[in-house]
Amino acid sequence: MARIGVFICHCGENISSTVDVARVAEEALKMPGVVYALDYKYMCSDPGQTKIIEAIKEYKLTGIVVGACSPRMHEATFRKAAEKGGINPFLCEIANLREHISWVHPRSEATTIKAIDIVRTIVNKVRQDTPLYPIKVPVTKTALVIGGGIAGIQAALDIANAGHQVIMIEKSPSIGGHMSQLSETFPTLDCSQCILTPRMVEVAQHPNITLHTFAEVESVSGFVGNFDVKVRLKARSVDLSICTGCGACWQKCPSKKIPDEFNAGLSFRTAIYSPFPQAVPNKPVIDRANCTWFQKQKCGLCKKVCPVGAINYDTEDEFIDLKIGAIVTATGFDIKHTDFFPEYGYGEFKDVIDGLQFERLASASGPTNGEIRRPSDGQIPEKIVFLACSGSRDKAKGIEYCSKICCMYTAKHAMLYKHKHHQGNAYIFYMDIRSSGKNYDEFVRRAVEEDDVRYIRGRVSRIYEKNGKLIVKGVDTLMNSEPVEIEADMVVLATAVVANPDAESVAQKMHISYDKHHFFAEAHPKLKPVETNTAGIMLAGACQSAKDIPDAVSQASAAASKIIGLFSTDVMTREPVVAVVNRSMPPMFTTCTGCLLCMEVCPYHAIEREEILDRAGNVLKIAAKVNAGLCQGCGTCVAFCRNKSIDLQGYTNLQMMSEVMALLNKPF
Amino acid sequence: MQSMSDFEPKIVAFVCNWCTYAGADLAGTSRTQYAPSVRIVRFPCTGRIDFMLLMKAFENGADGIIVSGCHPNDCHYTSGNFHARRRWIVFRSLLDFIGFDTDRITFSWVSAAEGKKWATLVNEVTEHIQAKGPFTDLDKLDFIQLKEQYDEAITK
Amino acid sequence: MKVGFYPGCSLEGSSKEYSQSLYAVSEKCGITLEEIKDWSCCGASAAHSLNHDLSIALPARNLALAEKQEMTEIVIPCAACYSRLASSQKSLLEDQSVLKKTQGFIDMKFDGNVQLLTVFEFLQKYIFPVSDQFIVNKLNQKTACYYGCLLARPKDLTKLERPENPMEMEKVMEKAGATPIEWAFKTECCGAGFSMSRTDLVAKLSGKILEDAAERGAESIIVACPMCQSNLDLRRPEIKKQLKKDINIPVLFITQALGLSMGIPAKDLGLNNHFVPTDKTVSCIVKKEA
Repeated sequence: MARIGVFICHCGENISSTVDVARVAEEALKMPGVVYALDYKYMCSDPGQTKIIEAIKEYKLTGIVVGACSPRMHEATFRKAAEKGGINPFLCEIANLREHISWVHPRSEATTIKAIDIVRTIVNKVRQDTPLYPIKVPVTKTALVIGGGIAGIQAALDIANAGHQVIMIEKSPSIGGHMSQLSETFPTLDCSQCILTPRMVEVAQHPNITLHTFAEVESVSGFVGNFDVKVRLKARSVDLSICTGCGACWQKCPSKKIPDEFNAGLSFRTAIYSPFPQAVPNKPVIDRANCTWFQKQKCGLCKKVCPVGAINYDTEDEFIDLKIGAIVTATGFDIKHTDFFPEYGYGEFKDVIDGLQFERLASASGPTNGEIRRPSDGQIPEKIVFLACSGSRDKAKGIEYCSKICCMYTAKHAMLYKHKHHQGNAYIFYMDIRSSGKNYDEFVRRAVEEDDVRYIRGRVSRIYEKNGKLIVKGVDTLMNSEPVEIEADMVVLATAVVANPDAESVAQKMHISYDKHHFFAEAHPKLKPVETNTAGIMLAGACQSAKDIPDAVSQASAAASKIIGLFSTDVMTREPVVAVVNRSMPPMFTTCTGCLLCMEVCPYHAIEREEILDRAGNVLKIAAKVNAGLCQGCGTCVAFCRNKSIDLQGYTNLQMMSEVMALLNKPF
Repeated sequence: MQSMSDFEPKIVAFVCNWCTYAGADLAGTSRTQYAPSVRIVRFPCTGRIDFMLLMKAFENGADGIIVSGCHPNDCHYTSGNFHARRRWIVFRSLLDFIGFDTDRITFSWVSAAEGKKWATLVNEVTEHIQAKGPFTDLDKLDFIQLKEQYDEAITK
Repeated sequence: MKVGFYPGCSLEGSSKEYSQSLYAVSEKCGITLEEIKDWSCCGASAAHSLNHDLSIALPARNLALAEKQEMTEIVIPCAACYSRLASSQKSLLEDQSVLKKTQGFIDMKFDGNVQLLTVFEFLQKYIFPVSDQFIVNKLNQKTACYYGCLLARPKDLTKLERPENPMEMEKVMEKAGATPIEWAFKTECCGAGFSMSRTDLVAKLSGKILEDAAERGAESIIVACPMCQSNLDLRRPEIKKQLKKDINIPVLFITQALGLSMGIPAKDLGLNNHFVPTDKTVSCIVKKEA
């Protein structure tokens, strides 16, 4: 027998000024199932809540309705109070009398009637309420970090230092990511590798971190706290446990003409190679697609010269299965290359390069030992023109967004060039200067005031080659839109930051959303920047959107903290607003017919196919089963079910029906 | 006979918690005034809305209905609103077929930031339903004739 | 084989050698060009600067006429006329209400979907399949192929493969036995309609084009647009004064160059109508080896 208490709040004057709250409480008492009604000035205050708690105990209430502000404000508050009073918190519902009524209508009969209608609706819902209990899901306290760049490294270290196991996977032979390719970082002009490599080594040596390089995620299944991840360990052809990293193999390798990815294509590497001298692990892999042995069955020199016999051509890709509790996706970014720009030469002019290529030129470990030289003839350029916003902020090129880092790194590039070659001339064609971080604008001012970098506000329409020089045709919009032509020795394009080419397939493997540019989607653009819509999978770094190193590190630590929170209990509790497929006694078992339409429409893949078996193991019936750990409670499955075998706790078919009937003041 | 100006329509709004309900909250916080004819029923997502509930509402005295959720691509649960939209398109064809005045149902998107839009929507729908008058069609639907039409159609 | 033909005003007057050479080449290859009867102005740049409806209606009238005269395809050699007719067609086909309105303006009912061919498409589709047997000469010179503005923009209408560095004319020149050069001013502005009002600007801009071609060793410049030809040829005295250089590279229409390679006499191709003498070009020609 329902014994419902109705508590109408005045909310100071917010509700009582337009709604006759005393009358609403009076009418509420007349509603079937209601045994107690009260109106009070501030229901959410301590005395207000005490009144609720005492009423529950005194009147032996089985459910309560609070007519007050929006449930989005105080539903949690009143549910806690209900719990203190001794009833299940999910037997407490809120009638929105403030945002939806008192604040939007004038004082009138119609307004009070509306308030009464809404209270009656919610009373009816509560009459159909059943107690709900938080769902407990076990948690495996191992995190998976996908991506070994600075974001992945930071997340891994934070989680590992908190005492949990971390497995890191990186698809290239070494960790470090793009940060390892940079020469110096803004705004401090810190040597990039100097601040990165200690972290890389820490990751490799950390007792809680297991590092797999030259490895990729093959598949991800399961749910938060209980993921099953299959990883492909690609065949290195080199036994890591034997190899000493002496380098004899790559010194002898005859295939020396493979474009070096680490040097952004400015130099060559061998087929057996370690990407860079500070690589972690500093052990080589064989690039089978370009190795003479694997392509033509000739050579085999590396195996012969290896002093410890670490090379084995017969190794194959290996698969390992991991049990993971939570995942950090830190797969990083790519940039557009010069061939993307037909107006700048279709990528055919050797001295038109992109930002990463300039970083390699400026790097002490780069192809020119840190001297800025033209790729075409090795001469030191006297005039370099830098083009900001190459491709970014350009709807016609399909990249409407700002790539965030280019204004800063262009200033940095110009400064580095001037530091190395004082008499050189640096020009930057820009649209705006976006230098909003800490010490960022000061950095750009330094370029202008101390290093004599010339900024020209305008865009470049065309670059062509003439007599070994690059003619840059642009405009100076601050000088009355005068056309400007510069005879440059080198041009550096600050090309747009884009998602990795395989970002889409990675996102699909992980069941996470991505936008039209293949950047991974955060759960909420303002309030949930590191979570995805898939519980247990976090984002860190530029795979979510273009960002610089401080932001990548912050986001990584944020993602780590979410995971550390997740791992703080052995068992996770979740709100029980989840779907449930009905179950009953044999021979019925369930009214579900196993059409599995619900499984197809669930956005979270939370519904599974279940086989109901007899004792002998024969299949009696196929039915749908909801994984409460994954279900987010949208109820799409419920609306699809043809015979209403699946229902949503907290918004059951009975509850919604009774609400509608009560709204129209019809019996139910 | 109730005059049109006296007629206070009963409009039931089926809305999703994350967008339209929040949008209505915002209209409240902004003190935007609108007609008191609407009663909101809260769902976690428009995808949850079983359209038979709409029929139940009309059967029991509703004069007009609003169904409103998140804008396409913004659904808190990723795709619930897409299913709701498709469901509505099919349902509307069915209602047209049986001669139901589908003009009494308004399908809309109101985001959590669109308090004003919610108020405008309610006012517009109220005016619209007021002009149409109370819903009495259910009595007029000739089920006998419909059955005859159906029998004829399937024997063709 | 009949193909519809929209000459536009320039091909009737100041650039009639373009029309003459086109006819000559087509005739040699057995193609009959059928001029649209009663065709009228495409609107050029005046119409679209003044009135949007007019800019669609003027070309539309010609589309309607072509349809009425049962033409399925029309070749439009003038770059500006092509641009106007093609963009008018795009507006008509994208929006029914625009089509209806325009039908009202020109007082003719029509669908507007006659196939429009650029001169390159025409050459590719109708001339090249049969021309090999007729090409008896090699032009035997370095040519700079100049596209100017409207042959390459907007890229959705002109359908060039590489709008920033097109190669369509170069391919034709290779067939004609010339050596097209790589140069930097293929799609740069010549000064266009400022020929009358700001001849000094035309001299400057066209001068840059000519200078680059000359510096890279071009012996002739090949164009496919009456405006390009006019600015580079007619305005040569002003250009020479501006550059303070005596550059005498002749400017030929692509159809003239092709015609020369087919052994058509220079007079029949209108080569005597140019301001900058073309005899040097003609004298370079050699017979193709068997």
